[in-house]
Amino acid sequence: MPSILVYAELSEGKVASTSLELMTKARELGDVYAVALGAGAKTAASTLGKHGAKVVHVSEDSAFDDYVAEPATDALASLYEKEKPDLILFGFAPDSREVAGRLAARLGAGLISNALDVVAKDGGFVAQVPYFGGAKVASMKANGKPAIVLIRPKSFEASAKGGTAEVKQLDVKVGDGSKRAHIAERVVEASEKVKLEEARIVISGGRGMGGPQNFPLLEELASALGGAVGASRAVVDAGWVPYSMQVGQTGKSVRPGVYIAVGISGAMQHTVGMKTSKIIIAINKDAEAPIMKMADLGVVGDALKIVPALTAAVKAKKNG
Amino acid sequence: MKIVVTVKQVPDPNSNLTLEADNTISREKEVVLDPGDECGVEEGLQLKEAHGGEVILVSMGPERAKDAIRKGLSMGADRGVLISDASLAGADALLTARVLAAVIKQEEPDLVICATESYDGSTGMVPPMLAELLGFPQLTFAKKVEVDGSTVKVHRQTADGYQIVEASTPALITVTAAIAEPRYASLKGIMAARSKEIKQVAASELGVEKGQPAETIEGVVEAEARKAGEVIEDDGSAVEKIVQVLAAAKVL
Repeated sequence: MPSILVYAELSEGKVASTSLELMTKARELGDVYAVALGAGAKTAASTLGKHGAKVVHVSEDSAFDDYVAEPATDALASLYEKEKPDLILFGFAPDSREVAGRLAARLGAGLISNALDVVAKDGGFVAQVPYFGGAKVASMKANGKPAIVLIRPKSFEASAKGGTAEVKQLDVKVGDGSKRAHIAERVVEASEKVKLEEARIVISGGRGMGGPQNFPLLEELASALGGAVGASRAVVDAGWVPYSMQVGQTGKSVRPGVYIAVGISGAMQHTVGMKTSKIIIAINKDAEAPIMKMADLGVVGDALKIVPALTAAVKAKKNG
Repeated sequence: MKIVVTVKQVPDPNSNLTLEADNTISREKEVVLDPGDECGVEEGLQLKEAHGGEVILVSMGPERAKDAIRKGLSMGADRGVLISDASLAGADALLTARVLAAVIKQEEPDLVICATESYDGSTGMVPPMLAELLGFPQLTFAKKVEVDGSTVKVHRQTADGYQIVEASTPALITVTAAIAEPRYASLKGIMAARSKEIKQVAASELGVEKGQPAETIEGVVEAEARKAGEVIEDDGSAVEKIVQVLAAAKVL
């Protein structure tokens, strides 16, 4: 059995949902080990055990929370030397990406980023990666040992199967040389709304919204439906809305029950981040827009009229 | 302050991509300076304007990647270095990072600026690899950068806001598109760029072993497409139709 090490990213002491999704895949591939670093690592170990980890290596050294990437890279490099896992899985998320990149450079490892899936093949690992802006899928073989694969969020469903992990204290001393990029302060800007990645319904706006002044129309609809608002890269790059709202190849991946694309043409860059949504509704003035060819319901019309009318109808139905 | 900005020539995001025989993305036609790198160049120029120094563009690519460097020079960067070598065609992220690191080490910069990820590859792996190989701390996803003496401080974009992250120089930072609106090259800038130096370096001069690639492409297939559903013109009944779909999906 190959041994699979999952890097469990912690967010405020809890295991990130993307990391739990990786556990589902890791269980299929071999014996699963996990590593959890920073505050809450020991509690995280119990969650990881329920998701199939045999052993969880933990350290609650505050350096892991206070400094970007380098302490975690040190810990993983040292763990790799001891345990020699065949495959190390990371989520394709900011913190994980940075650790994975440094680690791959340090170990000279085979690395595949932005993958949708990974399978064992001929004693190695082959990952499926969106290619060509998502129009195609490439099979990439990771050469060298270990293989390091970063997997896009929402590629698998997290599922607890019950179980208890053996918790092993990670014997690593983070040196001052790795305490450099210091996280001095954390600023929360987003209010306590529904998180984009976890929303059952996502309403995203693109250039067809006409300008940032019209995004509140989407917020009102989202709030009536209990959903979250996303955006295309074009409007994020144009500065209409923050990057945290971007859905797509270079933004977030979402897989809601319903995705409503408003004034979004449907470039590959965008659709790769939302095309696995269960139902897609598109509202666009252009009947020929690519999004219309993948939507379950495409409405050709003026978004600025349809969205407020829809919000009113949703409110009426809820109250009625 | 000496600032290195890494730049890459990529297929024009507005054009259609094509594949080479070995399944790597063709970079033969309609190529531009990566839009993310334009933001990196802009940030480098703003830091230079505020603190003095020099902005050096470093790129790896074929001979015509000079055009991408020239674009950055016309925006105001001081000089460029291009590592161009047929043996580097199709290089993966780790080889790219090794080659860039070898050149950047010679420059001994205070700051290295990269885009968060390239427009075409979008893997975002070169910057952290480069930071590791240079032995620099990494300040990433920056939407704002401040330099005070030998301290560099960034606002690092997170899912729900930002972190203030600081380190001493030398350091590597990655910037998002939110960092700065890239300036247009002025006619004067375009003229001046013609006489700016672009040094060409061969891979063999860098002592980087090509070695085994970290990844190989085994095959490429079409992505699974969703089937088109119903498309209707809004004649006033669209809202009702959408409500029906929402109700059927049990979100309403």
